[in-house]
Amino acid sequence: MKEIALHILDITRNSIEAGANIISISVQDVGNTFSFTIDDNGKGMDKAIIEKITDPCFTTRQTRKVGMGLAFLKQNAEATGGRVEIESEINKGTVVKASFISNHIDRPPVGDLAGVLLQLLTGNGEIDFFIHCRTDNGKFELNSIELKEVLDDIPLNSLKIRKYLKGLIKENINELSIRN
Amino acid sequence: MSKIKSLADLRKMKEEMQSKIKIREASNQPEEHVQVKVAMATCGIASGAKTVMEYFSDELEKRNIDAVVTQTGCMGYCYAEPTVEVTLPGNEPVVMGDVDKEKVDEIIEKYIINGELVDGIIPVNYETIEKK
Repeated sequence: MKEIALHILDITRNSIEAGANIISISVQDVGNTFSFTIDDNGKGMDKAIIEKITDPCFTTRQTRKVGMGLAFLKQNAEATGGRVEIESEINKGTVVKASFISNHIDRPPVGDLAGVLLQLLTGNGEIDFFIHCRTDNGKFELNSIELKEVLDDIPLNSLKIRKYLKGLIKENINELSIRN
Repeated sequence: MSKIKSLADLRKMKEEMQSKIKIREASNQPEEHVQVKVAMATCGIASGAKTVMEYFSDELEKRNIDAVVTQTGCMGYCYAEPTVEVTLPGNEPVVMGDVDKEKVDEIIEKYIINGELVDGIIPVNYETIEKK
């Protein structure tokens, strides 16, 4: 994965596949660390699975034999001196936290975080997201429950709504001046 | 164009739009709209599926096409990622592989607008890895 934002997309997709309908995404670019935490209420994992989950040759999928997402994330985070922490409980949910040391030469660019957040929000209408981004320059919070309330009967996946949200999210994220 | 920064602005925008948005677009019946599902598993993301989905959404909106674009999980066609499943109202879903921005234009112009099938369709295959 060339951008950390794509890792965020990938890990959040895991939560969706695990049946979560409430997912909190927290992104921090503070001091010398860039980190993100994805917390879901999906089906969770037991200890045996947690131990194998970052192994690329282990997957719970039926359609293929490898699961590279967490393996790539671990590799990329650790290359910078950061780490991946995974906590989970069956039927309760999972929390994945990844941190990267910002001034390390191997730290991938953050990439298009606004685009990823927009896509998650509008491309998965049944799921509620709580988004929280914080940098030394401020913070930005958004949640789909609030959005749906404002939009009333217009669905979140409406293409016209998406176009307006694109601007809203992009502007607010830009103001945080995340170090790319 | 004035910028929207807050939910208050979104609320105002929504009220302005309310009268202009077609009733159909607000309908919760997915079969009435063109449905575009973009596979967004690791292999897809790594091959550019996020960009494809973004481009699809932008283009469909620009051309005012009544469509719903959503993310879906791995469809199993990792060798042909990014893959996209398009379902026209009243039709069976069609899966297309190796989709890039050019292909998105083609899919929109030929298939979605004109109903012409395009190259690169992945035929339905019910084999799973256990059988191999």
